[in-house]
Amino acid sequence: MSLLWGLLWGLAAVMLIAGGAIIGVWWERKVAGRVQMRYGPQQIGPAGSLQMIADVPKLLFKEDIVPEGADEPLFRYAPLAVFAPAAMSLAVVPFAAGWAPFDSTVGALFFLAVPSISVIGILLSAWASHNTFAALGGLRAAAQMVSYEVPRSLSVLSVIVLAGTLRPTDVMAAWEWWWIPLTFVGFLVFLISSIAEMNRGPFDIPEAESELVAGYFADYSGIRWAVFMMGEYGALIATSLFGAAFFFGGHRLLPGVGGIVAMVVVACAIITVVMWVKWTFPRLRADQLMAFCWKVLTPVALVQLLVAGVVAAWL
Amino acid sequence: MTPQGSGMDHLVLLAFVIIGCLFVPLTVTASHLLGRAKRDERKLDTYECGSEPVGPPWVQLRVGYYVYALLFVVFDIETVFLYPWAVAFNRLGVFIVVEMTIFIAILGAGLAYAWREGALRWR
Repeated sequence: MSLLWGLLWGLAAVMLIAGGAIIGVWWERKVAGRVQMRYGPQQIGPAGSLQMIADVPKLLFKEDIVPEGADEPLFRYAPLAVFAPAAMSLAVVPFAAGWAPFDSTVGALFFLAVPSISVIGILLSAWASHNTFAALGGLRAAAQMVSYEVPRSLSVLSVIVLAGTLRPTDVMAAWEWWWIPLTFVGFLVFLISSIAEMNRGPFDIPEAESELVAGYFADYSGIRWAVFMMGEYGALIATSLFGAAFFFGGHRLLPGVGGIVAMVVVACAIITVVMWVKWTFPRLRADQLMAFCWKVLTPVALVQLLVAGVVAAWL
Repeated sequence: MTPQGSGMDHLVLLAFVIIGCLFVPLTVTASHLLGRAKRDERKLDTYECGSEPVGPPWVQLRVGYYVYALLFVVFDIETVFLYPWAVAFNRLGVFIVVEMTIFIAILGAGLAYAWREGALRWR
């Protein structure tokens, strides 16, 4: 029975990622257009909203190329290790009062641990491509993703200290409005390190199109390339939903069904901010990126944790 | 909706894994069925902006990556230690706050040491 429900919710999660990626790409192009004082897509459908519907068949019809010299089985299956963790991490997001698809007692830890599996997929794809650009991009991605793992885990910890539980639905039940100002710095750390985890701009040095073409997926084409894209947007969706729940109270913001709407609205706002940041700031250098993680974000996250701990003990 | 506190709800997770892993082969198969492949020697070349690749791509790596991997292992394990602590926080009172302050101070000292030794400098 629960396997059946799981298959249903799993299917819903994958649909959410695929649909979210389609809408997300359109929205990102619109946001980018506005940032650069132009309109973005506007030809197909109202405000260009059907552009991506037209792009999906194009990607499906494209030829699937495995370049010469590539490690074929690895090359073929590496995108799977990038996509599946994004879908899995959606399982522990507390969507409604007392309900998450997989309501685990260690849900918060699960959410931080599982998306990191994608770093293995990225390294595999980089190595399997037999391409200098890809190899460099994969290495950069690995160094960056494991480094930003530390402040990311520390920032969520400040909410855990206040709630006293790792089960996401219990965290939601314990949530109170004054946690928003108290953990806001933690949220900023979470947001910045999540952007770096997803290899999005301004932290996109593993993909840096002006020096590495596309980094670890330079040799991927057609639908396999789209899987990387969906993995990235899936991680963005999962992170935003999780951030909306843990740092902004998610469904607790409004009673009843309105709560789910409120959570989705906050998540969409976070997604928009992430895109806005990407198109506003120039790309960092590799050394700046690492210095920012270890010398700024990690100490700030530690201080935030200490503050949250003192407040939690004092109450 | 799902039974609480039993091993059964892990089946939900299993279902997520299955669906997540099936999605990619299914879309790729759909693409193979829909698209037409035109094989061409040039297409199979490694993509390097049109120039011939020089030397193998799997070369020796700079040591900087290794240092960051080591730093990650140390700090991530310490972070994971903080998790059970945060959960047991409410039950143990003031003692745990002092303990936590000391632990975070040790963590901070480790970071300061790595910083001073130049492990955080990209070389």
